[in-house]
Amino acid sequence: MSVTIETTTVPAAVKTPGRSFFSHLREFPVFPTSVLVFITFVAIFADFLAPHDPQFGSLAERFRPPFWLAGGSLNHALGTDHLGRDVMSRLIFGARVSLVVGFTAVIFAGVVGTALGILSGYLGGWVDQVVMRIVDAWLALPALTFAIFLAAIVGPSEMNIVIILGLVYWTRYARIVRGEVLSLKEREFVRLAVVAGCSKMTIMRRHILPNVINSAIVLATLMLGVVIVAEASLSFLGVGVPPPKPAWGVMLSDGKQGLMVGYWWLTVMPGICIALLVLAANLLGDWLRVKLDPQLRQL
Amino acid sequence: MKQYILRRVGYSLLSLVLLSLTIFLFIRLTGDPASLLTEPGASAADIAAIQHKLGLDRPIWEQYLLFMLSLLRGDLGDSFYYQTPVFELYLSRLPNSLTLATAAMGFSLVLGIPSGILASVHVGRFWDNAGKIFALLGLSIPSFLVGLLLILFFSVYLEWLPSSGTGGIAHLLMPAFALGWYFAAAHMRMTRSSMLEVLGSEYIKLARLKGLPESRVITKHAFKNALIPVLTLAGINMVQMINVAVVVETVFAWPGIGRLLYEGVSFRDFPVVQGVVIMGGVMIVVTNLLIDIVYALIDPRIRMEA
Repeated sequence: MSVTIETTTVPAAVKTPGRSFFSHLREFPVFPTSVLVFITFVAIFADFLAPHDPQFGSLAERFRPPFWLAGGSLNHALGTDHLGRDVMSRLIFGARVSLVVGFTAVIFAGVVGTALGILSGYLGGWVDQVVMRIVDAWLALPALTFAIFLAAIVGPSEMNIVIILGLVYWTRYARIVRGEVLSLKEREFVRLAVVAGCSKMTIMRRHILPNVINSAIVLATLMLGVVIVAEASLSFLGVGVPPPKPAWGVMLSDGKQGLMVGYWWLTVMPGICIALLVLAANLLGDWLRVKLDPQLRQL
Repeated sequence: MKQYILRRVGYSLLSLVLLSLTIFLFIRLTGDPASLLTEPGASAADIAAIQHKLGLDRPIWEQYLLFMLSLLRGDLGDSFYYQTPVFELYLSRLPNSLTLATAAMGFSLVLGIPSGILASVHVGRFWDNAGKIFALLGLSIPSFLVGLLLILFFSVYLEWLPSSGTGGIAHLLMPAFALGWYFAAAHMRMTRSSMLEVLGSEYIKLARLKGLPESRVITKHAFKNALIPVLTLAGINMVQMINVAVVVETVFAWPGIGRLLYEGVSFRDFPVVQGVVIMGGVMIVVTNLLIDIVYALIDPRIRMEA
């Protein structure tokens, strides 16, 4: 007597030539890319786009609402803040701060983390022990608390924020890159390079690095959102970008006081900008992760 | 087993030493710690007294030993602003932080687990997509922004909920949601992937073959097993919540540890800042150690691995 069990299997995706191009096009993340391109464009040409000076305003024009509300005018299309500064101009220049800090911090963390991850994974031994114990210890510190602590020591400035965020976040790259290097080390082409007499430096640079760079880029895209939120949080708490500079986090913090009396645009406008930028970075990161690096899916 | 636990304890101790060394060195490498550890505007004599008390005239390894000894005694220094030991301040704020973290955890589990299950049962369909959007927004909108928008809507326009301070449940609702959404998203993703893994397993197939109704297969057979990794994550996140609540607590003027850190930063009260960071690190290292040990007790495979 035999029992046959019928299991439904999912049919493998049928690939027909000519279709893949369009499905690729459909999968392409149009929304996040256009948001990022738009914000980058605004950040680069801030000097030409901003209708007013972002750092100076006239007290006579404080708390003007956006143009569609009573009392608003197109001169200050998105209203003015508690010092009479134009909100739209500040948002435009704030994009520059967020992007510059976000990208440089992610790259700084990425370069340090990837380099140490490769050294640690490939050399092994005491180098690995030292680097990984530091990574373990630093990962135990809550990232934001650690960043606040460092900011409290060195004082606020844009440059310091980049260094601080780099110091806080390199550990994540190091751990993932090291894991990849450990498995790459056992692969044929690396062993052949050893046999061929390549120096350790050459192997790490020419054979290991190109193979871990994909993961580092995916991680960097995912970290972009994290770092931008961290910068905004630090600025919001008053230890980030120092006040006269228009950073979105600073704007939110300034707008907090006006919230209870109904000056909602001071909070909502920078809030929308931060959320859009982070959302775009996260969507792009998710897409890249699936595209470039299936191994990172569990991240 | 004994060896495994000993090794984990050893690693944790090493982590703590490295942590304290990091904090110690960062303070000393970036300038004169005496200027950080004295009140702004302190006289030269005060600074000299602090320098002597900290032993800044001695070799650096001796300074580190002194630093460690006072840490081991639970001495985190005195707050300038409150004029009381930092450790006492920390303990007095801890209950508030725990209340907020518990409420936020409740929120995140109540939202995250059912939506994760729904998503896993309806992969690729409406509930799955709705869950994905909910999770994506939770991971993308910073918690302080959620908090400010909640205040705008529920306190300013509807005037339903108080915008700041502590008190009854009403005070707790908005901060708990602002803090919990991010974690709800994480718990939802974890529940979904864990459920999908379990639903593909042999014993679920068997349960279905036995003719059990689908609802029973999901709730009795799949959910119970899928819950384990979610609860582990929730345990780790509980500690994280206490430590990342600084912005939410600032927005809602919630007198917890995060708010203490914020006060420390804005009053230039450096001992408080240092104390909160050290305690955060200690809490996380100890939690990780406990999780490792509990895992080893439950799962013999982990013990063998080591």
